[in-house]
Amino acid sequence: MNEVLQVKHLTKSYEKDEPVLKDINFNLQKGEVVVIVGPSGCGKSTFLRCLNLLEPIDEGSIVLGGETIGRKDKNVHQHRQKIGMVFQSYELFPHLSIINNILLAPVKVQKRDRKEAEREALALLERVGLSDKKDAFPRQLSGGQKQRVAIVRALIMNPEVLLLDEITAALDPEMVREVLQVVLKLAQEGMTMAIVTHEMEFAKAVADRVMFMDQGVIVEENTAKEFFAYPKTERAKQFLNTFHYEALEI
Amino acid sequence: MDLEFMRTHLPLYTEAAWLTLRIAAMGILLAFLIGLVTSITKYLKIPVLTQIANVYIELSRNTPLLIQLFFLYFGLPKLGVVLSSESCGIIGLAFLGGSYMSEAFRSGLDNVAQIQTQSGLSLGFTNSQIFRHIILPQAVSTSVPLFCANVIFLIKETSVFSAVALADLMFVAKDLIGIYYKTDEALFMLVSAYLVILLPISVIASFIERRVRYAGFGDTSAVSG
Repeated sequence: MNEVLQVKHLTKSYEKDEPVLKDINFNLQKGEVVVIVGPSGCGKSTFLRCLNLLEPIDEGSIVLGGETIGRKDKNVHQHRQKIGMVFQSYELFPHLSIINNILLAPVKVQKRDRKEAEREALALLERVGLSDKKDAFPRQLSGGQKQRVAIVRALIMNPEVLLLDEITAALDPEMVREVLQVVLKLAQEGMTMAIVTHEMEFAKAVADRVMFMDQGVIVEENTAKEFFAYPKTERAKQFLNTFHYEALEI
Repeated sequence: MDLEFMRTHLPLYTEAAWLTLRIAAMGILLAFLIGLVTSITKYLKIPVLTQIANVYIELSRNTPLLIQLFFLYFGLPKLGVVLSSESCGIIGLAFLGGSYMSEAFRSGLDNVAQIQTQSGLSLGFTNSQIFRHIILPQAVSTSVPLFCANVIFLIKETSVFSAVALADLMFVAKDLIGIYYKTDEALFMLVSAYLVILLPISVIASFIERRVRYAGFGDTSAVSG
């Protein structure tokens, strides 16, 4: 077993409210792609943000490569470098050109040589088909292009695991495809990923394993094939049915 | 209009204009520093200092410059602190301008989305690196138009300096009117002097605004168009 990320009994609540995550247990093997699906507000995005230590957790532990990590750790910044994250709203830095967006962290955080990092950045841009945009600014790019840059920006840190939080939710349908293609390629190359998405067809294509969450708990967990073909729980069946419009009654 | 009169008294205006500019420059520079420090204090929610900054800003924004100058020039000597007219001008302008600069910069800081910080954190930046490399540059560029507006506003505010015996432009004009009754000429030269100072600043300001707002962010069409 080659576990990259392990979560044990994670519980989280926002002040006084009902917990948004209840006793979550989760494993991610090296090279594995887990897709987390579930209705809005089920806690799946919060879960990803907990993994990246952006949200404090109430109970439980997160283990990265054998080391228990937490927000209060002195080397929390080193932990975060190993966990890449891509956001729904891209969050490129609007005041920097594309190449500088990508290079800011390697140069300032990892203290890498700019020339050497730039070579890698250009190679990565090439791979996502955006090498001609290196001197452009974020606002000159389409949503799909911005999201591909955001992926490159996370990749250049050479993370052990990549978290993708509804990265196509803000995109036009044509752009969804170009972004998902990049992710699919990463999966084939063995990138370890946890992906939150509403694109069920994409989930089918990319996932080794699917985790279905509802109301802060993992309701069902299975291989992608099994989950989509034979969901076990009533709740998962209901959820998957919402994506079949032919069943709509007028 | 008596052109001869205007020609003879032009040096008085030039001298006063330089004085006005010198005091304005120092006062505005100080105001800018006060604004930067107080707004960052408030942004980082540093305890105690934030409350002090808030009290200062309310006090400064809600009292007229003239009253602030009176306090410095006539009030402080009663407490044993005697300041020259020039110092009063500089301190008064800095005191007034500090709060305006602070609010301008705060709106720039508030304008940067919270999630930009999280984006930085997820890349492994520390909070101070995020502030320096991500928040600050964005905040400055959105605040620049407000900074520029404040600079012009503060230069105009210098016209009350004559109340504390500073020989600024207004002072010279009032003096000439008092001595020669040449109201039209004196006021015409006064208005001209302010325009000569402010118009170039206004032009430079709008140039800077365009540079940081559009070109810096890559919308080149907005610059040429």
